[in-house]
This record gives sequence, structure tokens and C-alpha cells, in this order.
Amino acid sequence: MTRFLIRRIVFGLITLWVIITLVFVLYYARPGVDPARELAGRAVTPALLENINKEYGFNLPVIVQYWNYLKRLVPIPGQFNLGTSNVNRLPVTTIIAQAVPIDISLAVGSAILWMVLGISVGVLAARRPRSLWDRGATVFVLTGVSMPTFILGLLLLYVLYYLLTIHGIAIFPKPGSWTPFTQNPLEWAHDLLLPWITLALITAATYSRLTRSSLLETLGEDYIRTARAKGLSERRVVYRHGLRSSLTPIVTQFGIDLATVLGGAIITESIFGLPGLGLTVVQAIEVENLPVVIGIVLVASFFVVAANIVVDALYAVLDPRVRVS
Amino acid sequence: MPDPAADGDILLGAEDIVKHFPIKEGIFFKHQVGSVKAVDGVSLQVRRGETLGLVGETGCGKSTLARCIMRLFPLTSGHLTFDGADLSTLSRSGMRPYRRGMQMIFQDPYGSLNSRRRVGSIIGDPLAIHHVASGAERRKRVQGLMEVVGLNPEHYNRFPAEFSGGQRQRIGVARALALHPKLIVCDEPVSALDVSIQAQIINLLEDLQGEFGLTYIFIAHDLAVVQHVSDRVAVMYLGKIVEVADVKDLYSTPHHPYTNALLSASVVADPDKARTRDRIILTGDVPSPINPPSGCRFHTRCPKAQPICSTEEPLLKSGVGDPPGHVTACHFPVAEGEKLASEKATILHAVEGFLAEAPT
Amino acid sequence: MSLSTVEAIAGDLPPEDPAVKGIQGRTPLQLVVARLRTDRVAIISIVVILLIIILAIAAPLIAGITGHGATDANVDTGTDASGQPLPPGSAGYLLGTDNLGRDILVRIAYGARVSLLVGVLATAIATIVGVVVGLFAGYFGGWLDGILARIMDVVLSFPYVLFAIVLVSVFGSSLPLVILVIAFFSFAAIGRIVRGQALSQREKEYVEAAHSLGAGNLRIMFVDILPNLVAPVIVLATLLIPTAIIFEATLSFLGLGVTPPTPSWGNMLSDAEGVGFQAWWFYIFPMLFLLLTTLAFNLLGDAVRDALDPRAERIFAARRKKAA
Repeated sequence: MTRFLIRRIVFGLITLWVIITLVFVLYYARPGVDPARELAGRAVTPALLENINKEYGFNLPVIVQYWNYLKRLVPIPGQFNLGTSNVNRLPVTTIIAQAVPIDISLAVGSAILWMVLGISVGVLAARRPRSLWDRGATVFVLTGVSMPTFILGLLLLYVLYYLLTIHGIAIFPKPGSWTPFTQNPLEWAHDLLLPWITLALITAATYSRLTRSSLLETLGEDYIRTARAKGLSERRVVYRHGLRSSLTPIVTQFGIDLATVLGGAIITESIFGLPGLGLTVVQAIEVENLPVVIGIVLVASFFVVAANIVVDALYAVLDPRVRVS
Repeated sequence: MPDPAADGDILLGAEDIVKHFPIKEGIFFKHQVGSVKAVDGVSLQVRRGETLGLVGETGCGKSTLARCIMRLFPLTSGHLTFDGADLSTLSRSGMRPYRRGMQMIFQDPYGSLNSRRRVGSIIGDPLAIHHVASGAERRKRVQGLMEVVGLNPEHYNRFPAEFSGGQRQRIGVARALALHPKLIVCDEPVSALDVSIQAQIINLLEDLQGEFGLTYIFIAHDLAVVQHVSDRVAVMYLGKIVEVADVKDLYSTPHHPYTNALLSASVVADPDKARTRDRIILTGDVPSPINPPSGCRFHTRCPKAQPICSTEEPLLKSGVGDPPGHVTACHFPVAEGEKLASEKATILHAVEGFLAEAPT
Repeated sequence: MSLSTVEAIAGDLPPEDPAVKGIQGRTPLQLVVARLRTDRVAIISIVVILLIIILAIAAPLIAGITGHGATDANVDTGTDASGQPLPPGSAGYLLGTDNLGRDILVRIAYGARVSLLVGVLATAIATIVGVVVGLFAGYFGGWLDGILARIMDVVLSFPYVLFAIVLVSVFGSSLPLVILVIAFFSFAAIGRIVRGQALSQREKEYVEAAHSLGAGNLRIMFVDILPNLVAPVIVLATLLIPTAIIFEATLSFLGLGVTPPTPSWGNMLSDAEGVGFQAWWFYIFPMLFLLLTTLAFNLLGDAVRDALDPRAERIFAARRKKAA
């Protein structure tokens, strides 16, 4: 198992390195592009360009630039540096640090919702295949996978915020509301309710489908028949014996989805005006704030790679077969 | 059947063929930690026009040997000549022209036919691959082949799933026949079939041999089938050939203790003979081909084993008074009339497992 | 009988007997079509998809009949006296107008072209690339498989919306780029499945048989193995189309896909968001058409999967028997 994990961690680091390198090539070393000009953004002055050229060393050979770029990304205090925003001159790390709590909040709430919703719908469907429950679940899943996130978000906003509010029932806050958890936990949850529901409904469909097919397959296995033959209650058979081994594909998917939300739920944040990484990156692209864009891309990639390694570790715990391979 | 002794013309020569499958391990860079010695130094000659039977238990390497002869993978070492040409080290594309002369019939009539392709295109495959015929010409030849193997040519456009097991094996035979090969390697061609169908396919193979002057290497674990079709028989144990002889000699006076054990365990149709026969019960399991026993590989289970058997490997040689071509790899060959069963009383494992080998 | 007998017998055969031609096994495709014909949901989805295709093809025709181009701001007739957009059912504007006085019906029809074009083209590219990559990885195995499988895993696990908008922002948005970006993030879905199937298929005896006949690797991959993978590839490709359509709509909604004023359902919704909820028809029509399209493709994909998996039908038949 340690071997397995070591291999996965090394693969993860290689993946991260490939992405970091691609970002470098894409932004700093693309032929025919002046990276200083790109980094300067809209408020460009000759003095600023010179400053950037000096800071990043764009007149040095590409390989030296690349080496310095890698050095700036080594997570050691004093050395780690993602640059400064070309709009408000704040360090990119500060901007990211301000945005990340929102993404964590989004991820925590919606993940709980989508896991509970997705898995329970999946289990219901798998326990009675072809029943009315199963058909209902199919409709839920198909609607979920057919529904673009922004449409669901807009629909929820229209019905639950706009229609209710113009009729004098202002239950849900207006888009753009955000209260830190430390300030007022209740208000925090209230502000995040609609984004949570949006993310959860969209994501839960995948989990229902995965749970259903995986559980159906497991319940057909011989050891489940043995468990039934032993006289275990159906509940115990399904939940203790069946669900546990059906969890592996769900864990994989969970890692990917969690990392995606942490790295910025772009659509949801845009629609509900939440200034997390997703909205920040979209706004940064609009105003050509390249340092911020690069910073967020790198942070998001890190989340994904880290999540994949965690998932692989969980995998090994859940599925003994992985440990030996 | 042509007299094998009269014709000394060698069609296929195998010399010290070795095939080891590496076992690899490692976190990042795999390194070899061992190997499965599936075929470990086999020498054989197949004469033009004869049928050489190859028998042995599951896992003894007979199917691997067939694939070595067909050069379906590179040989670990050894020399292989076919019709005068050295095939030992030819590349995949270098092998292509020679494949016209050697074809194979597979064990599984279901798995060996691509279920998503029509029978006509399956049988016509060799003609297409070797650019022998195309279009209407190919179709005509394929339908001719179907007729020859006893299939209805009108079923040209059907899928394999629409045929029975025996019919599918006929499709496999037709495919092997398409290029008019000299040699056909039959890898357990009937063991997946019902007994009643087995006879049909065997008769078909025998008829075709007469008609087209084919040479067969016939692999099977059913001794009765091998006795019926073969001119000569080679017995394999754990990657080695332990005895080769003309079919009559081998079945009447087997010299290797393993051959004796195999023959004594086979089903005898005559109840009187069955009652009186001398059953040899082998001890122990078949050893692992990853780490085969030293010396004679059979010594761990042999009733006649002596100390020398575990240290010195016996070579294939013919004994005093043996007819030409009867060779045995044993330090202490079994003499005619010798009662092997009484040599050792340790009865642990029956060779029954061999008989129970399910046709898969 | 000699070797030439084979040809002699062949020569005796009636070469083009119509009865011989008549005997044909049903291809898996024919079986699937036959099963789909009895599936009501599948038929409805196909009808919906056909209607949307007709809408897309007829877009210039609709523009001609109404007299409004897709990007025409109809300053005089498209807004009311106070300059506000017209609601659905207004004279000459069946689905109303947007804030610039543009005809929403015409824009929806042209938007259908974008959606279908992106959906089908991106899926086609992703399918071809996915099949080729998956076949090579699964068939050859070894280090090639190690690298390709790893790349596909990474592509699948990355937040594609983020990377797509980054790419589009770097290279500037254009329809071909959008299609390529979508194809890039989708090919791995097909590639991974094809790889897994190819891995198991290459161990089959028919592959060995082809090898023993002298078939080359490419022939074995594409003539022998590929037909055995058609079923999962068709299902996946059908399910990729709606994903690609959603992807394009999302990019356009974020202002990074199809550039205005060219209409796409996504950028129509983006325009609508800038105006506000009071003009509900800005929202409802693009949403409706987008949802209808993706839902129809997903339902069709599900039905095709059921049709390709005879087991599902057997369960069904058994149930019906029990009920009767």
C-alpha cells in the first residue's frame, strides 16, 4: 500500500509539474507574445513594463526564466510569490486568500447536500430496480445531467428570489450577499443556501447514477447472496455489505468534484455574485489581469492533484485489492 | 494415412525452443523478478504429410509451444525452421509471407471467431490480408471453402452467433484452409465440442489431410483422440518433451513413467480391460513452472525416482531394442511388462485431476 | 480432390442467386434499430431532435419570413413606444424581442445551428481521437498505455470550465477554438472506455487468430477489435453531444464562447442576465430550447444503451410475464 501511495504521489507531482510548465509556456514563453505587456494589463506605461521586465527577468534566456518561475512556486515563505494584481497592486496570494474561504464554504455545504441526496436516490433506485422509485430516480438523473448549471442557477434565482421578492416574500438574499462564517454562521448559511442547492442538484445526478449502477452490480455478487443466506437483515446486507464496496467509484468522483468546487465554482459564483476563486478568475480575464488568472489556475491545479492523491489513499483503505497491486 | 517412416522429409524443425514469460515488479521501473518457464528447451521434427500428436496436462506448455511454432510471439531462444526457412528471429512483418504456409485452428470455437464480423469476411480474412483475392473472386473462393468443410455457402452473410459449436469449428477450419497451407497447428480443436461433434470434426480434418496433403500438429489432452489421429505422438511435461514415438509404440510400450501414468489413467472403453488394468497413481501436485524441479522435472512425482533424477537432467534418447524414432527422456525407462503401480505405495494424489480437466 | 477443387466447386456455384443474397444475419445495428422502434421515449427524443435540426436548417427561412435578421436591431418595430422590448405574441414577433429589438425566434433558430454544430462536431472529433488513443493504449499496453492512460485520467479530473476559459482567453474566442477545446476535454471520456475494452478484447482468441493469419497491428485494431467496441462508443458519443452543447452554452454565457452579436443560446442568456428578470421571455426561450435539446439527446443515449444491452430487455420481459 505504501508503494501504491508513493507511486501515486510521484505521479501527482509529475502531473503538477506538467501543468505548471504548460502555464509557463502558454503565458510567458509563447512565441510572438510579449509577456511583460500581457502581465501589465490595461494600465500599461513604459515604466511599468520596464519594472515587470526587471522583476521577472524577461530579457534573460527562457531556461533561466523558467528556473526562476519554478523557484517562485516553491512553497517556502519569502520565496513563494505569485506576483501582484495589475489592477489594484495587491499580491495575488492576498487576493486568493480572500477568495478561498468562499470556495471552502461553498464546497462544504454543497458536498454534504449532494452526497446525501445523490447516494440516497441511488440506493432507493437500486433496491427496487424498474420500480416507480427507480423511474423517478432516472428522471432526476437525466434532468440533472441535461441541466446546465447556469440555467438551474438562473431558474432558482428567478423563482425563489425574484418572484418571491416581488410578491413581498423575501426569504432568500439577493445575489452578491456573503457573510463570513466567523461573523455570523446563520447568516452565512442563509446567504449560501441557493448556491448550495444549485451545485448540489447538478452534482447529485452523477452520484445517483454511480450509486445505482455500482450497487446493483455489487448486490448481484455471490458474497451478497451468502450474506442473505446467513440470514442478515436486508438493511444490513444493503448498507453494510453492499454499499461499502460500491463506494469506490463514488469516492473517485467525490475527489474530482470537491477539487473542482474548491478551485472555483465558476458558474455558480458568477450567477450568485460570490467573490470566490471562480468569479475572481472570470473578472480577472475580463480586465486582462493576468497575474491573478495565472495564480488561480495554479492553485486550482494544486487542489485537483492533491484531491486525487487523497482519493487514491481512501481507495486503498476501501478496496483491499488496491493495496496489493 | 501416409507411412511416416517412409517419408523423412522434414517440414518443420524445432530445436531447443525456449519461451519464458517474465514476471515483473517495481514501483516505477519494472524489473524482472522471475519468469514462467512455459516451454523450456523443446526439440521436435514434423515430417511432411504426417500428424504429430502433442499431449500433456493443462499448463504443461503445449499451447505455448503451438504459439511458438506459429511465431505468435518472439522466442526466448531456440531455432525454428519451416520448409527450409529459418523463422526463429523474424519480425512480425518478416513472418507475414510464411504465414501463408502455416495456419492454426483454435480451441475455442466461440472466442476464436470475431462475433461482430460476418462468416464470409472471417473466412475471407486470410485472402484479404495476403491480397490473394478480393471482391467477387474472394466471395467465390470463400463459398467454395465453406462447401469443402461442410457448411452451406448460402450462410456466407451470417454471424458466428448463428452457428452451433461444431459449425463454428468448421468455420475455423475453412479459415485455416483458405491459403492452402502446408502445416496446420490444431490447438485442442475438439476439446470444447460435444463428443458426438468431435468425431465429425476429426473426420473432416482427416479427410482434408488426404485431399490437400496437409501436415498437422495436433494438440489434445484426450489420449484416445490423439491415438486416433496421430502418426507420431510427443508427450510434454512442464515445458519439456519427455517421450516421442510412433503412435503404436507409444500406446503399446510407453517408456517414460509419466507416459505410463497418463495412459493408465485414461478411460478404456473395454470394461474387461478397464478392470484388469494397472492404474498408476501419481503423488503430489504439478510443480510450478516458475521454479521447476531440478534434474528430471518429473522426479517429484515419479514412482521410480532415484537420487540421480534430482541432479541430472535426462536427455531424449532411444533405448536398446526400441524401434527407430522412439525416444525417452528418463534415467530409468519403464520396460515392457513392468508393473509400475507396485513400485511405490505412496498414494496421495490421483491423476484423476487430469481426466477432470474441463473442456473450456 | 486437389487444391484446385476449391475453385472448381466455387465455379459451380450460382454466383448471384437472389436467394443467397436474401439470407443475411441481422447486424447488431439492425437489432438496435428494431428495439428502438418499440421504445416510446426513444421515438419522442428522436422527433424532438429532428425538429430542432429542422429549426436550425430553416433559420434563414424563418429570418426571411419574419423579415428580421438574427442580428438586426429592429429600432422601429422591435420595441414599444418607450423603447422597451416586446413580449411574446407581439405583432410580427412570435417569441418577443430582446432589449435591442432583435427577434428572439430568429435568434433561437440561429442559436440552434451553433449548438448542434458544436455538439456534433466536437463529439465527432472527441470520438475519433478517443477511439484512436484508447485503441492504441489498450492494444499496445506497456509504457505507451501508461502515458496515455495517465493523460486521460488527468484530463478527466481537471476542472474543464476553468481550463477552457483560460485557453479561450489566451487565444481569443472563436467557434473553431471552442469546438477544439470541448473536444479536447471530452475525448478522454471515450478514450478511457475504449482503452478498457481494448485491453480485454486483445486477450481474446480471435485476436490471436488474426495474428496467426498474418494481420498487422493496425488491421487487428481497426478491423477486428473496433467492431466489438461500437456499442459502448455509440452510447458514449450520444451522451457526449448534450455535454458538448452545455459546454458551449456555458462558455458563451460567460462571454467566452460564441462572440456577440452572433446568437447562441448561451450568450442570449448572458444578454438576458444583463437586463434583469422582468423580461422573463429573454430567459425562458433559450432555456427551454437548450434543456429540450440536451434532455432529448440524453434520453436517446439512455435508450440506445438499453437497446444495446439485451439483458435489460430480458429483465423487462420477465417482469411483464410475471405481471400478466
